[in-house]
Amino acid sequence: MSTDTTAAEAQPPTTAKAPLLEAEHVKLYFPIKQGVLIDRTVGHVHAVDDVSLSLNEGETMGVVGESGCGKSTLARCFVRLLEPTDGALRYRGKDITHLNRRALDPMRREVQLVFQDPVSSLNPRKRVGQIIGTPLRLHGMEGRKVEERVRDLLGRVGLNPEHINRFPHEFSGGQRQRIGIARALAVDPQLIVLDEPVSALDVSIQAQVVNLLDDLQDDLGLSYVFIAHDLSVVRHVSDQIAVMYLGKLMELSPARELYTKPMHPYTEALLEAIPIPDPEENSRRERNVLSGEPPNPINPPSGCRFHTRCPHATEVCRAVEPPLAEYAGGHVTACHHPLNVSAEEIKAATRSPLSPISSGDEMPSANGASSAPAARSGETEPTTPAREADDGGQRV
Amino acid sequence: MAAERLLEVDELQVSFVTEDGVVKAVDGVSFTLDRGEVVAIVGESGSGKSVTAMTLMGLTRGPNARFAGSAKLKGEELVTASEDKLQKVRGEEIAMIFQDPISSLSPVHRIGDQIVEQIRTHEKISKAAALDRTVQLMERVGIPRAAERARAYPHEFSGGMRQRAMIAMALSLSPSVLIADEPTTALDVTIQAQILEEMRQLSRESDSGVIFVTHDLGVVADIADRIVVMYSGRVVEQGTLNEIFYDPQHPYTWGLLGSVTRMDREPPHRLPAIPGQPPSLVNAPTGCHFRPRCPHAFDKCGEVPPLESHVNDDPSHLDRCWLDVDDKRKRREVEDGRIGLGTGSVAA
Repeated sequence: MSTDTTAAEAQPPTTAKAPLLEAEHVKLYFPIKQGVLIDRTVGHVHAVDDVSLSLNEGETMGVVGESGCGKSTLARCFVRLLEPTDGALRYRGKDITHLNRRALDPMRREVQLVFQDPVSSLNPRKRVGQIIGTPLRLHGMEGRKVEERVRDLLGRVGLNPEHINRFPHEFSGGQRQRIGIARALAVDPQLIVLDEPVSALDVSIQAQVVNLLDDLQDDLGLSYVFIAHDLSVVRHVSDQIAVMYLGKLMELSPARELYTKPMHPYTEALLEAIPIPDPEENSRRERNVLSGEPPNPINPPSGCRFHTRCPHATEVCRAVEPPLAEYAGGHVTACHHPLNVSAEEIKAATRSPLSPISSGDEMPSANGASSAPAARSGETEPTTPAREADDGGQRV
Repeated sequence: MAAERLLEVDELQVSFVTEDGVVKAVDGVSFTLDRGEVVAIVGESGSGKSVTAMTLMGLTRGPNARFAGSAKLKGEELVTASEDKLQKVRGEEIAMIFQDPISSLSPVHRIGDQIVEQIRTHEKISKAAALDRTVQLMERVGIPRAAERARAYPHEFSGGMRQRAMIAMALSLSPSVLIADEPTTALDVTIQAQILEEMRQLSRESDSGVIFVTHDLGVVADIADRIVVMYSGRVVEQGTLNEIFYDPQHPYTWGLLGSVTRMDREPPHRLPAIPGQPPSLVNAPTGCHFRPRCPHAFDKCGEVPPLESHVNDDPSHLDRCWLDVDDKRKRREVEDGRIGLGTGSVAA
């Protein structure tokens, strides 16, 4: 695990173009302290547990998972608001894993964060002009130029530049999110990490904001990391999508393929859980409602983290953590019994360098995926397992 | 076969007097609910869908609230009912499930005790009998090891389990009307699917009427029999599930249907969005409230369109729009073609 310290200079040979942002076996454990006088660490929350990803310039990486899967923690690592417990983060090839505040300064300008809740992420006592102007002043701009730039930015995100002296409460939710985006754009960033940027908005407004982000990317050549809790919105913005569960990367795939050919049972469950807004289609399709709830991240399950809820789980899933197997087209998944792949595809699969260090060597076996790899629906046998996993969804 | 009519809401109006002026939260809402039926009230934030639901239980009463119109439960008026009368109605006749279970449950009482208390407020039975019933209810909504978990506090439950406990509480007195106000919005998708499955089963078994308030048309397609679409305090369209999804009449409904992402189709190049924002409820535009955002608005829209049947005089399918039906279908086809959706086929 400490081998990464010297690897900062070495460029990974996977892509010709150097990636903008790279995460290599990133771990972030939050300690749980207990005791009155002396804080003893009694355990760790395994928020992000050995995740490797890389983002190319001008592309969008969607990161999807349910609450507690570590997606927001990972986002905060990317902008270095949190320091990873282990692993390495590189921005334009430069190791930023353990840099201090001052050393991070140039990178802070290039990497910005947009938060989920547009109400609590804007200071209610400051006018819009001050909110968007602050990052400009911090980076050395002065006087009238700041106001000019702020007006320009307001127009850019589809707000009226005349509203520069208004307070956040005078705007609607969608407009406030636009202010958050304008603030992030102020310093000409290269990469914007969007932490559920549209989850708090109404559907018709969501579409407006997603389209705005799309336009900004085209015009300014931005790269995005787009965090979301379900697979519906990310589809429209992402080039690649990473599915996380309980701190681990479950599947990483080119965006289009993830929807037509989900390989991990969890991805499939996420897709099936989204109702289709069409009564006939909805009643026609067979849906397997995933039972149980995500286990406790303090004591994650052995082997594959998903095995407690997985309808396909077998002995090997309980014992061995599956490595990330790479299939054709850069589709990567960590599953012993992948779906929608043929025996040949499984044979041709290789162990991906993104695989967690602790994962086993056992590659998925061809006879494991005996079911026909054709259509998504109806492939899984209609098991109706007990409603709850053993822990009954209890939280500590 | 005519099922028993449970609720009849007629031209209900709710406004609140505030410093900034009178907020017309609900401005003429009419709909009915029969036994065994699931009616979904759909709308975005500020459309008045929650205020409508809460008014039925008398939860919007206050010194600054003004009411007009009527809402009848089995023929009895709710809007002007006395507080004593409402106290009996709440829980026994109408029960409500809220969006956020953590703030709707008392953090300092055990889950089981909270349900027992509700039962014993309305019925004269012993604590032990009430607890028995509580455990049964909790089992019924899918809480494992219910006898043990009844002794737990809300913080020991996960979000999905808390919502199940809320449902158990709502069902404890076998109400004839169950109001669910965005019951799955705060939950993860896989848990949402579980809760919806649960609610579908319960509504089939219990034979009560369900009002399902939501902003998510996907969820609606999953659970509703009839749909009421609200915009800016008014009902803009109502009809059966198929009528709303396959032959929607109001341009706002088109916009709503268009902006939902569909997992079963190729995504459009650009997400269809409704331009602009919902109007302020203090200074709503004259005439049709959707006029400023509607691409089809014309002179006549300065007058408020009545909520009427326009399609084959079908009394179940009503809408508030001045456009001619055939003209609308043509326009809708053009719009769908433009945004790359399939043609909205007219329900046979």
